[in-house]
Formats: sequence, structure tokens, C-alpha cells
Amino acid sequence: MKITVNGVEHSFDGDLSMPALWYVRDELALSGSKFGCGTGLCGACTIHVDGEAVRGCLVSMQELDGKSVTTIEGLSADGNHPVQVAWRDQNVPQCGYCQAGQIMQAASLLKSNPKPSEQEILESMSGNICRCGCYQRIVSAVRQASTGA
Amino acid sequence: MLHQLQSFAESSNSTPGHTLQTALRKVATTEVNRRGLLKGATGFVLAAHFLPSAAQAFEAYPTQGLNMPNGVRNDPHIFVSIAPDGQVTIIAHRSEMGTGSRTSLPMIIADEMEADWDRVTIVQAEGDEPKYGNQDTDGSRSLRHHIQPCREIGAAVRKMLELAAARKWGVSEDMVEASGHQVTHKTLGTRIGYGDLAAAAMALDTPARDQLRFKTEQEFRYIGKGQVPIYDLHDITTGKAVYGADVNLPNMKFAIIARPPVVGATIKSVDDSAALAVPGVEKIVQIPVTPLGSKFKPLGGVAVIAKNTWAALQGRDALKIEWDRGEHGSFNTADYEKELRASVAQPGASVRNQGDTEAALKSAARILTYEYYQPHLAHAPMEPPAAVAAFKDGKCEVWAPVQSPYTARTDTAEYLGLKPEAVRMNVTLLGGGFGRKSKADFATEAAFLAKEIDGAVKVQWTREDDIRNGYSHTSSVERIDVGLDADNKVTAWRHRSAAPSFLSTFVKDEGNQHEIEIGMGLENLPYALPNVSAEQCKAYAHTRIGWYRSVSNIPRAFAVQSATAELAAELGKDQKDFLIEMIGPDRVLEAKASGLPGKFWNQYEPQEEFPFDTARLRAVAELAADKAGWGKTLPEGEGLGIAVHRSFVSYIAMVVHAKVEDGTVKVPEVHVAIDCGFPANPERIRSQMQGACVFGMATALHLGLTFENGEVQQGNFNDYEMVRADNFPEVVHTHIVPHPFSVHATGVGEPGVPPFIPALTNAIFNASGKRIRNLPIGDQLA
Ligand code: FES
Ligand code: FES
Repeated sequence: MKITVNGVEHSFDGDLSMPALWYVRDELALSGSKFGCGTGLCGACTIHVDGEAVRGCLVSMQELDGKSVTTIEGLSADGNHPVQVAWRDQNVPQCGYCQAGQIMQAASLLKSNPKPSEQEILESMSGNICRCGCYQRIVSAVRQASTGA
Repeated sequence: MLHQLQSFAESSNSTPGHTLQTALRKVATTEVNRRGLLKGATGFVLAAHFLPSAAQAFEAYPTQGLNMPNGVRNDPHIFVSIAPDGQVTIIAHRSEMGTGSRTSLPMIIADEMEADWDRVTIVQAEGDEPKYGNQDTDGSRSLRHHIQPCREIGAAVRKMLELAAARKWGVSEDMVEASGHQVTHKTLGTRIGYGDLAAAAMALDTPARDQLRFKTEQEFRYIGKGQVPIYDLHDITTGKAVYGADVNLPNMKFAIIARPPVVGATIKSVDDSAALAVPGVEKIVQIPVTPLGSKFKPLGGVAVIAKNTWAALQGRDALKIEWDRGEHGSFNTADYEKELRASVAQPGASVRNQGDTEAALKSAARILTYEYYQPHLAHAPMEPPAAVAAFKDGKCEVWAPVQSPYTARTDTAEYLGLKPEAVRMNVTLLGGGFGRKSKADFATEAAFLAKEIDGAVKVQWTREDDIRNGYSHTSSVERIDVGLDADNKVTAWRHRSAAPSFLSTFVKDEGNQHEIEIGMGLENLPYALPNVSAEQCKAYAHTRIGWYRSVSNIPRAFAVQSATAELAAELGKDQKDFLIEMIGPDRVLEAKASGLPGKFWNQYEPQEEFPFDTARLRAVAELAADKAGWGKTLPEGEGLGIAVHRSFVSYIAMVVHAKVEDGTVKVPEVHVAIDCGFPANPERIRSQMQGACVFGMATALHLGLTFENGEVQQGNFNDYEMVRADNFPEVVHTHIVPHPFSVHATGVGEPGVPPFIPALTNAIFNASGKRIRNLPIGDQLA
């Protein structure tokens, strides 16, 4: 099978049931996507498949045949995607472990819904756990990335 | 707290592997008196703490840091280097788990040495305490113990740069001044950059402390300002930050381990044929099983080694292991809770006896009894334990997210039968720690497997492994009996605690708590009452116990602050007014007058320098109440609750606004008042308070481990539920009590959690009339 990751095409002939998270981490050494639960409950592994946020620990290689995957490393060439900038402006992270997943989730939300309501932000972000408890700043950062304020 | 436990474990079970550490500890152990003079110290410590001259901006004061194993280092040659292009490299020797200490400590050095922050590179130290001094990143003490040495390092480097410039120009030192990454000739105005002075400056000996000029607080550029973002911010937001599992080595294998379902369970038989048949699985390795009381040794079990994580996971699923469940195989939480309740129904061992509490209770007109329960908890840091290790030519190198890298190194060396010099422990970023990663069993597992396969391997814990096989926070029952006289005046307060101790992780379990646990809110009730007693009642551990963010302060603050609010309600008084009344007149708590056999534990900090001052406790309670508009009218179903607690030598009060609706709680607002002495990095203090409220809310609402037949029933975030973006403390206002540097900086990472929980449950009571005595709240409001 063929898969494009951050704009680079790869062929894969391993176990097709392998979740994409382990493919990008173990085979491509793209370690920005994190393992937090392995069962779709935390969002730390969030990647984009054809532009949409997907849990990397749930989606199998089989489902990604011919698809284009973006990981945090490929979100923007210079690391200045508006969501990344907002994240830095708001000093969001504590330990930082969940943040790649949070950013990928937020970027996907804003792509499909550039001006989400407060409620839509909370709902969209509620699949991503932050054990350090950065939610107040996460919400502010999504708002900033959306409205500039 | 690690080091006290180690000395405890070593004195009862001395091993040759610890000789070096013990010897070094003896050197570092000093006696300190209040003026900062040292008796019996050697080397740098003496140099660092000469009696300061009056001209200096800060007077040195002793902290427990001096008594930690391997003490404190303040030699600039160890921590700072300057490249010819002026780039300054500063070593971070404490682990970063989200509190910001990897940024804050180097920031203090940079400020005091007049370096530009954007020309500073931070390099993380490996585990090497003989070189860097103590590295145990726990107990909320990185800033508390290192703010002085960091200022000393910075001032020394600045002095060395000035000396080098003066020599170069052939003028006296007072003709030059360092500022903004360069040294200026005061009369000529000539300037020379730090890079050009680096070689000459760093070749100089470290100036004695009395030769140093410290900045005044007005001169601080970064300290106390909260304008410096965390060093790793860009890497974190671009996916480049490196955590435990992110290290990749050539030819590295991937390991997933099947650990005993019950602590101490032993392997009867293993059928690994199906596991070995999984494509990508290469090898099965057994790790010896250890019983309770094995410190941070791996639990043992069966490791599946494969060419990627996925294959290793499937291999583990395919293992067929028969376990002999062992002596803890019948541990059941429901029975255990009853046991703890029975334990506090009987007198325990006295830890505090002020006045005559028993007589006062006997003669009381009324006795009110309150009992509070908290289950075992798992730390569940967002990053489950993971480590990478490589073994080659009798040496092992490890990369791991560990809070105590030197202990991890020496423990690992001992486990492998190597000398500490043969193990290198590199510290990655920690994806959360909360105490879990003080216990580096996972790093030792990786090292052991690397040795077994004579190569490189990554050990990954799954979330289920993390929740089921960690080091549980103690479970406890806290019982408080309050005596009232005929006029409803409180005459007696007796607090009994039954909670299995983390001592059981180190030595044979005698059912007793350690002085650290007793010191966290059991022996130091700060209420102005005539008769106060505290007792610890027996409780035995059936799972590995380890400290969890805030440790025993969580159940203690929950019990004491809930009981105070319950009493207020009973007496028809306002919750806040009654709390202030109980705290009573402003005073410093005295151990003897409080009926303690010895000193207050006080986080091992010297009492003279870090007294328990009830004026500061009262002040934060009043500040939080004031800011929250205490007494305002709220709609039906809403309420404010207050709680205050001193821990990690900081004073924190919180007023939580709770909204109870359809059996669920929402927290629209929290007002936090924190007195942590001199606030060195207000921005990270605020982020820690926001985090503490979320951590407290998860603990209050959802978290609890239940054991059945010795096995943890929970496994992932579906049944061990975290607070999420759809319901979290929405706005946390943090009010920091301003202090000059002379009011010693104290803890920030942990002390926010304990007051949050009772402030929330007190708010729930005011909102709904429902009193929460058992954690977690779960569906109690339904
Ligand atoms: S690791 Fe994929 S959702 Fe948690
Ligand atoms: S920043 Fe640590 S888990 Fe989110």
C-alpha cells in the first residue's frame, strides 16, 4: 500500500492492522504524535487524514491506503500555523505531552469551522485530555486562533 | 521526600551499592544555624554561606537543600559555559515535568549574570549528583532550594566576566560593569561582549560569596516578572520536544511487559508459543518478580521483544501466563474501607497531644464525629512510563523521563550488578510526573532488557499498565471528633488517620505512617483550640504505595476543611467566618505548645526560616474570600465554598463557585490566593494553580482505584476518568501575595491541589445541601 505522510509518499508492506500511530512513531521516527491511551480516549495521538482530525491509535494502516496523513511535524513548514502561534502566545503548555494532539484537534476544528462558538470549541476539544490541566488556556488559544483575540 | 526514605531503607537494609551515596551524603550533611553559619561543612558549601555583608541584596538562609543527599552545588563552572560567539549554555539539573523549573532556574542564573535570555541555551543534566548536587525533583522544592544557589552562580559569573574585562583593559574592577550580555568601561564607555571575555572569565576561580554583588530586586530583568515563556515552548508546539518514548536508537527493539496482576504474584507457567508466532515478535524475556517492599525494582513479569510496538502489544496479548497470586491476592477495596474505618474507631498511636483532649471529650456537652474516605489513586501522567536503554561492552545508557535521575541511575546499576559509573541516565522531558516518575522501575526494566538482548530497547507502558501496575496514592480514612461545651464552644479536636504508608514500598510494613505523612496536616492543625490530639491508626498496604502530587495533604485538607465547614453549618455560622475564628489570633505555631513530642516536620525546612505563621494562613483565606465576593447572593443550585491549607511551606486558600444541576457539578470560577513567599515566576505560579484546580477536580469527581482479589479494576480513561474541556474549572483567578526576596520562596507545584477538593465539596454543600464525605463524588449527587 501507499501512504503520504507530511507530503512524502511511502510504501508499506507490514501488518495492515497496525494503527497509524505506531507506523509514524516506530517506522518513520515522527515522534510528535503521542501515545496516551491507545483506545481513542485521550487525543494525544491526533493526526490529520485528508485534513480531518483522526485518532492515530485507532485508524489502521489498511484504512489509510492512498490517503494523505499530516502529523504535527507537517502542520506547517515553519511551525507558525495560527494555532501554533496562538498556543505560544497564550503560554498553553505545562508538561507539553498532550499539546501536539490538542493543536492538531484545534487546527482541524478551525479548518472546518473557522468561527466556532464557545460551546463548539469545548465540544470539539473534549476528546483531548490534558492531565496537567491547561484547559483554560487551550480554550483561549483556540479562540485567539479563530478570531485573533 | 525520596532521600529520607532512602536513608530509612539503607539503615535497615544497607547494601554496598549505596556506599558512595551514603558517604557523599555525610559530606553534604551540615548543621546550619539561623544566621547561615555552617558547622562541619566542607568545600563549596562553606564558601557559599559565609555570613553575608550588610551591603548584599539578600541574606543567605539555610534550607533543607543543604541536607539532601549530595547537597546543593553553586559552582558556576559546573552550570554555565559561554561560547566565543557569546551563546550562554546553562545546565538544568532538575527534571521538567510541567512546573517550569527547567526554565525558571536557568532564568534566575541568566538574570543575575546579566545574560540576554534569547542567547541562552539550556542543556539537561544527566543523573550525576556528585557533580550537580541533589536532583530529586519532588516535594515542590526546586525553586525553594535552588533560588539562592542560582543567584550565586549568576552573580559569580558576572563577577568573573567583570574581572576578565578589567584585566584586559588594565583597570580596577570598579571601573567596569556587566550588563546586557556585555561589560562596559564606566568612563570610556568601551564595551566588550561576553563571548570575547568567555575564555578568560571562565578560567578564573569562583569568587567567594562575600566578593559578590547581588542585584537589587529593582534590577531584576526576568526574576519575578513572569515574562519568560518556557524554554521548550516552540519544540512542544511543533512536535519536536523529546519525551521518554521519543528517543530512537539504531537497531532498537520494542518491549511490552506482562506484569503481575497482583503485586508479588509469581509466575507458575508461561506458554509463549502464540506470542512468538506473532509476526515481528523476536524474543521473550522473563524479569524476576519482586514482592512488596522492593523499593523501585521492577515488578517483574514477561517481556515481549519485537521489531515495533504494535507487534510487541499483540505478542503480549498472546502470552498465556499462569500466576500464583500470592499473599495480596485477596485484597478487596470494599473490605479494606471497612478495615480502615474500624481502625480509626479505636485509639491509635499519639502523634500530637495538646492539653487533655480525652478528658475534654469526656466532659463535652456534645461530641460531633466526622469521617472521610479517599480511595487509592493512580498518578496517570499523560505520558505513561517509557524508557529507552542501550547496553554495550558492560555499560548501559538509559534515556528516561525520571524525576530522580541519580537514584534511577544508582538503582539501575545495582539491579544490573554494575557500578554507577557504568550506567548513564539521560533525562528527557517528562510528560507529567506527579510523583510517579520518582520511581524509575520502568527505566530499570529497559536497562535490564537491554542487557539481556545486548542491544537497544524501548519499554513502553500502556495506559492499563500505568493504572494497574504503578505506585498507588495512599487510601485513607480520616476521623475527626470534635467536643463542644454547653455554649457550643469547641473544646476538643481529635484527628485519627488510618492510611497505608509508602514506607511499605521500602521496608517491612508495620502498618505505621512515616513522619513525612504525619507532617502533612495530621500533626499541625493550625486552630486556636485548648485541646488537640492526633493519632495514627494501623493500616497495612496491599499494593505498592507511592507519593502522588500533594501526598497525604490531600486527605488531610479534605478532612479538616470539610469538618470545619460541617461544624460551621451545625453551629449556624458562616463557613468563612468560622474558619477564620478557628484559625484564631495571629501566631507562629510552636511544636511544644502544640503538644508535639519533637519538632513539626515542616517539610524538613528549618522552623526559624520557614515558620508556620497563622497570620499568613488567615490572610490568604481572607484574600480569596474577598476577591470571590464572599457572601454574595447566588441563584438556586449554586454556592461558594472555601478551604485553606498550608503545604510545601506555602499557604493557599481557594474559594470555589459550584453549580449543581441534574447530578453534575460545574465550576464556573475559582479564586486562588497563594502566599509562596517571593514569587520568582508568577506566570508559572498561575499555570500551576490552574493545573492544580483541574487535578483536584478530577480527583474529587472521578478518580479512585478499586481492587478485587488484588487486581485493579480500572484500566483506561473510560473507567479512570479525567476532567475534560467540556467540564473544568472555567476561570481560575490566581491572587499572588506580593513579597520581597527576603520572604523565602516556597512550594508551588503541589500545594494547590489539597485546598481545591474541600473548597469544591464545601461549595457543593452550599449549593445543594449535600455533604460529600467519601471520594470520589461519582454519582453521589444524582
Ligand atoms: S492514544 Fe489515541 S486517543 Fe489516546
Ligand atoms: S500539558 Fe501536560 S498533559 Fe497537557
